[in-house]
Amino acid sequence: MPAIPLAKAPQPSATDPAQIRNFCIIAHIDHGKSTLADRMLGITEVVEQRNMRAQYLDRMDIERERGITIKSQAVRLPWRSGIDGKEYILNMIDTPGHVDFTYEVSRSLAACEGAILLVDCAQGIEAQTLANLYLAMENNLTIIPVLNKIDLPAAQPEKFAEELAKLIGCKPEDCLRVSGKTGDGVVELLDQIVELIPAPVGDANAPARALIFDSVYDTYRGVVTYVRVVDGHLSTRDQIQMFSTGVRHEMLEVGVISPEPVVSKGLGVGEVGYVITGVKDVRQSRVGDTITTYNHPAQTALAGYKDPKPMVFSGLFPLDGADYPLLREALDKLQLNDAALVFEPESSAALGFGFRCGFLGLLHMEIVRERLEREAGLSLISTAPSVVYRVFRDDGKEMIVTNPSEFPDGKIARVDEPIVRATVLAPAEFIGTIMELCQERRGTLLGMDYLSEDRVEIRYTLPLAEIVFDFFDQLKSRTKGYASLDYEPIGEAEGDLVKVDILLQGEHVDAFSAIVHKDKAYAYGVMMTSKLRELIPRQQFEVPIQAAIGSRIIARESIRAIRKDVLAKCYGGDISRKRKLLEKQKEGKKRMKMVGRVEVPQEAFIAALTTDADADKAKKAK
Amino acid sequence: MSGAAPLSFYIHIPYCVKRCGYCDFNTYTPSELKDGGTLADVSGDYIDLLLKEVEQAAREVPNALPVPTIFFGGGTPTLMEPADLGRVLNAIEGSFGFAPDIEITIEANPDTVTLEKLQALRQIGINRVSFGMQSAVPHVLQVLDRTHNPENVTKATNWAREAGFEHVSVDLIYGIPGESIADWQKSIDTALSLPIDHISAYALIVETGTKLANQVKRGEIVMPDDDETADKYLLADSAFRTGGFGWYELSNWARAGGECRHNVAYWLGANWWGLGPGAHSHIDGKRWWNVKHPTAYRDRMIANESPAQDSETLSAEEKESERIMLAIRMPAGIPLATLDSPTHERLLPYVTSGALDENAWQAGSVVLTASGRLIADRIVREILL
Ligand SMILES: Nc1nc2c(ncn2[C@@H]2O[C@H](COP(=O)(O)OP(=O)(O)O)[C@@H](O)[C@H]2O)c(=O)[nH]1
Ligand code: SF4
Ligand SMILES: [Mg+2]
Repeated sequence: MPAIPLAKAPQPSATDPAQIRNFCIIAHIDHGKSTLADRMLGITEVVEQRNMRAQYLDRMDIERERGITIKSQAVRLPWRSGIDGKEYILNMIDTPGHVDFTYEVSRSLAACEGAILLVDCAQGIEAQTLANLYLAMENNLTIIPVLNKIDLPAAQPEKFAEELAKLIGCKPEDCLRVSGKTGDGVVELLDQIVELIPAPVGDANAPARALIFDSVYDTYRGVVTYVRVVDGHLSTRDQIQMFSTGVRHEMLEVGVISPEPVVSKGLGVGEVGYVITGVKDVRQSRVGDTITTYNHPAQTALAGYKDPKPMVFSGLFPLDGADYPLLREALDKLQLNDAALVFEPESSAALGFGFRCGFLGLLHMEIVRERLEREAGLSLISTAPSVVYRVFRDDGKEMIVTNPSEFPDGKIARVDEPIVRATVLAPAEFIGTIMELCQERRGTLLGMDYLSEDRVEIRYTLPLAEIVFDFFDQLKSRTKGYASLDYEPIGEAEGDLVKVDILLQGEHVDAFSAIVHKDKAYAYGVMMTSKLRELIPRQQFEVPIQAAIGSRIIARESIRAIRKDVLAKCYGGDISRKRKLLEKQKEGKKRMKMVGRVEVPQEAFIAALTTDADADKAKKAK
Repeated sequence: MSGAAPLSFYIHIPYCVKRCGYCDFNTYTPSELKDGGTLADVSGDYIDLLLKEVEQAAREVPNALPVPTIFFGGGTPTLMEPADLGRVLNAIEGSFGFAPDIEITIEANPDTVTLEKLQALRQIGINRVSFGMQSAVPHVLQVLDRTHNPENVTKATNWAREAGFEHVSVDLIYGIPGESIADWQKSIDTALSLPIDHISAYALIVETGTKLANQVKRGEIVMPDDDETADKYLLADSAFRTGGFGWYELSNWARAGGECRHNVAYWLGANWWGLGPGAHSHIDGKRWWNVKHPTAYRDRMIANESPAQDSETLSAEEKESERIMLAIRMPAGIPLATLDSPTHERLLPYVTSGALDENAWQAGSVVLTASGRLIADRIVREILL
């Protein structure tokens, strides 16, 4: 029996590093990471059969529904190897799977010695997998290539074994074959983890150093910080200190997750577990930071700490202005658990009071918005996402612009914008389409490789702003959903950028301003003015809608004055009906936002700020 | 209820031979009310029910002054025997008395009346008839699902005069899918050539749940552009006025003395009692309405219960809303003195844009111009904010 009862297994704080294997699973969304993790929990018997449920480790509702993992988890799995018959502790670290969380992924990887590269053998490797694989290789992890879903009729294990072998430089026969669904091959995989992945190495007698690879706010227990001990020992008796902040904390609890929290005396070299220190906010216990003990502090931090840096900004406004305090409260609460989320108050002439929020990327933005709406019951309008521009004025002054409405009007010497390196994986038949799209989006081709006969990896540099616009939706629709995308920031570059303003009857509508490439300013202007013409109801007077760069008008439309707004009949029974209708319309009038003298219904703002792709999503969600 | 004021009556006849595609009135074909039923089957005791309601009215409003106006509407009131309608009139007269100059109107379908029928209706005291003409153009009538022959209107109005009706009116509808400006002009000209003293003209409204609404939804019928319908209103207003018909309400024009006093009573907030299923009543700021379905109405009346389904007592604010929204539809308009100065400010742009009559404004009233009448609801919202 390869599973070991927890009580009889090597105990935390007293496990020889030689018995420990720390690994993570790298997989593209839907390639079966959560399902495989479920099987591992079952086979190692840390979760009893009757308590098992699908996606056991994905805790948040939003994760379960979207099938994505936002926050990683670390699970301690005792295992007796079928090869040498000895007892081991496998720590499975579940990494977040999306491009926005690359830094968090890299910290999870840094806590491991090995990675399972899990590939759906009906799909093949995807851009996401590739990006994370490169990260794992950079961290010198041992890679175990695993083909999943071998039970599927459409499985092509031979084909994808070739692909994997070529990619990581192994032999096709080295790829393990499993089915997370049936459990086939999972026992062998656990044994191979023991065989192939090196045991952690560290100095048990040195001052303690532990890497924070995750930090989660818990309503009842405060912040739970997940750590991997590199040197020394952490115990409940210690006071600890964070390297980046220098702040000292009491150690209230130390433990491991198996997969429910189990309190332990401490954690030794190579072990993975959690500490609770009473901090109330994840920003005091940041991913990537090093924990040491206060009494015997280490001299140097573990490498690789970075402050999370928001890449995408958007204004969030409550639909009902009265909800502003609620929105603030909800953002404060989310920030307890999200060190990457930043926000500051913003006021818009058109949308009222709200917050300018910074996110790691589009998914992060969507998740935050969804959580605000779901958990705080708020209805929100969000403005079009913007990247961070560095604007150099003629007078030599430099400013950071995250909100198009703050883009300076005066003379500008130069504007720099963030650039990413994007990797697209797709069937070879879409090469032309993808290159066309990247070209339209100001991309520069870096290179292209065939992963197999009919699948290619295409690499481009692209302005992040183009990706943020609707690149991903376009890529998916133009490749019938077959292409996958990954990107990472690589710096900034000068862009030929201008701010396009939208004017209603000569009045600026701040919420609709956008910073766009000069060549696309006209298209943006035409798109926005004609959209608004459809959305804004006719007024008592003609309303010109203009798009302008500075004082130069680049597109115009107009809404004709209304000529008919009356119900023809009003007899006996119509009177109360009509009065009630008027009362309703009066309410509607109150919800109108005034832009100068123009009444703009809130729905028009929402619709104008929503891309077509968003609108489709919203429709599907209904 | 005090009700010490003249009390008008509306009498609802909820039957039609066939339902027109655009109509959402509270009316039923005999077979809708009873499988395979004839008109006689379904309406046999209807007059008796109305008489019971007249008795209720007499008990409820004992102080009412003599009746100034009565209106038979529907449905198709001419489906009933004139003698039967006469029984209702007798009952009302018996209980309340008639004002000497009483106006009694009946709506009539120009296709189904005969000279004899009109004479019989005149005989029982009805002195005003309003014909549902709708349009003079066959392809337009077809869209409305009205099959009548436009010639019939000429015949019917002439018979009405021959029968001795003092007032004859026609109803027109414009803004109908497929109706050109020329088509509408033809309807206007035809109406003006008739021996009538009153015209109502309504823009077609697509009411939810009608056959027309479904056709529009399915894209089989495209509603004309609002601007074109606005043009048609202006065309009609100017033609009617040139033809000697002055506007006295947004959708109503009459020769001097031809105004429908019953409808004016509605707009001035007078008291009236509506008899029959779905009929609305108003007495001294209280409104109520009867149960809608004829069968439900019958049950109530047979059980000697009030047919009222629900009622509302208007608050001061609601009364004011009604005053504004009704008064603005008439040429006297709203005295500026009854509106506060921020409201004056908000209305000024409408004077400038020509929606409000400048001379009337100087003279102290808010009066709509022809183009202003087309945005009356917007101006009402502006006033009520
Ligand atoms: N047939 C089959 N389906 C699987 C297997 N593993 C996962 N799936 C299915 O693939 C989908 C995605 O799996 P999930 O574990 O959520 O993927 P994750 O996004 O990588 O966590 C789910 O519908 C699973 O039921 C497998 O081995 N065989
Ligand atoms: S005749 Fe009049 S009441 Fe009857 S269905 Fe037609 S439009 Fe409606
Ligand atoms: Mg998952």
